[in-house]
Amino acid sequence: MHFIPNTGDTEREILTALGVDNFSALIANIPEQFKKQCLIDLPPALSEIEISRTVAKLAAKNANSDTQISFLGGGSYDHFIPAAVDFLISRSEFYTAYTPYQPEVSQGTLQAIYEYQSQICQLTDLEVANASLYDGTTALAEAALMACSITRRNKLLVSPLVNPLARQVLVTYLKARNLDIVDLPEKNGRTDFTALNTQIDDQTAAVLVQSPNFLGIIEDLNGIAEGVHAKNALLVMSVDPISLAILKTPGELGADIAVAEGQPLGIHQAFGGPYLGIFTTRRQFIRNMPGRIVGQTVDVDSQRGYVLVLQTREQHIRREKATSNICTNEGLMALAATIYLALMGKTGLRKVADLCLQNSHYLARKIAGLPGFVLPFANQPFFKEFVVKTPRPIKEISAAALEANFFAGIDLGDYHPEWEKYLLIAVTEKRSLQEMDAFLKILAKF
Amino acid sequence: MTVPDNLKYTKDHEWARLEGNEAIVGITEYAQSQLGDVVYIELPKIGDVVSRGDVIGTIEAVKTVADIYSPVSGEIVAVNSALKDASELVNKDPYGEGWIATLKLSDATELSTLLESADYQKLIS
Repeated sequence: MHFIPNTGDTEREILTALGVDNFSALIANIPEQFKKQCLIDLPPALSEIEISRTVAKLAAKNANSDTQISFLGGGSYDHFIPAAVDFLISRSEFYTAYTPYQPEVSQGTLQAIYEYQSQICQLTDLEVANASLYDGTTALAEAALMACSITRRNKLLVSPLVNPLARQVLVTYLKARNLDIVDLPEKNGRTDFTALNTQIDDQTAAVLVQSPNFLGIIEDLNGIAEGVHAKNALLVMSVDPISLAILKTPGELGADIAVAEGQPLGIHQAFGGPYLGIFTTRRQFIRNMPGRIVGQTVDVDSQRGYVLVLQTREQHIRREKATSNICTNEGLMALAATIYLALMGKTGLRKVADLCLQNSHYLARKIAGLPGFVLPFANQPFFKEFVVKTPRPIKEISAAALEANFFAGIDLGDYHPEWEKYLLIAVTEKRSLQEMDAFLKILAKF
Repeated sequence: MTVPDNLKYTKDHEWARLEGNEAIVGITEYAQSQLGDVVYIELPKIGDVVSRGDVIGTIEAVKTVADIYSPVSGEIVAVNSALKDASELVNKDPYGEGWIATLKLSDATELSTLLESADYQKLIS
């Protein structure tokens, strides 16, 4: 079967124009040794029925949160996704449409994004949300760039407990702009803000903090914004959207920009993407905000309608002077989050958050009772994720758990040598008492 | 197209009016006519020290956003805050109520290198 849409005639025409008899003659000057290296050892072609069978077998080798009982977190969580989410986003009007380049023609898409923005504003208690970015990590990096452009300063004070993957993206974004990252200190699993006042200087654009942080611990941010603002810097918060149903919101804590990974809101973990970058800020900074935003207006007949606003600041018009190099959004995932939030409602989301809190605290308490297992940050408040110090290497525990169809959690030793034997366990509303007790039995063997 | 005689101009379509050791700056009538309806103006900050040609703000119209370049070097000593709520003043009265900022000149000789009204008129015709 040909995968290149050239007919035999076309090929001959090309070869004639090039003055060679056949394809081998065209590449004759490439030494044989290199040609051999390019040969791919493929089995003979299969029929559709055979290939379906083969691929299905390969796919079945994957372990995922449908086949395992998952305590994996660290930024991607196994929350329940109501069937209506996938059903509705699969409608072809939404599913096949790319980011609207003739936006006003796509009123349905724009209305959905407008609803999304409104929900995100309610969730974060901030005044404006954009139409979404690629994921939580790029949203954090964009927030850093935005803070530097607002303050015209070039330094960022970053909590060492921001998700290390998000931090890598941050470093990548900032490197080329000559913006500096300065680490805040850590104390007992939380960011240490005691010397913040002297750490913020006249070049500090913003303080970046994640709460709950990478260890699952809720940061104490009361009064932090006031100190940051007194030095004319901004506070950027990275949050777990589910936690906002019961924790203090970025708006309440005085944050200027809040970002989040939107995956917990009805989006499958799917081995890492596509995810959803949530981005919100105060109205006064709207013109510095990256990405696009949908506004509501009326047409000539006074009928309600939706439009893309502030496009003039985007890359396709302002080129290198744009607010961001991202000129699109994560529309389908934003829609999934919108449907999820609509289905849950305020009460439902609070219930999800409550269950995460209760489940995780039950499991933490029980694990602490197992001989050899210790909670290194036992006195710190957490939401749905916590750290356990294990008596045996985590690789051994994870292997035994996997055998019994459990994902034990994240081995934090992979991220930081000081975190050796630290297991990060996430517990969502999906975990039943039976599942947690079965997991405890596995741990009890170590 | 009005091009007042008492002003100096730049090729980027800004004007400057000398008052003592200060210059009031804005954008020309031609510039506003090219931009169309102005919806937002990002003003410079009082106290900013700028060089000639530096971006001191942006003008957002319905279809585009343009930079405002400083015609002279100096310190920003005043900005037209009325534009925050009434950006359309730039369209209605670009040489008057639509002024953008006042700079305290750091190099008065720069003014002689700006375009005279007749030269600017030629540039846009």
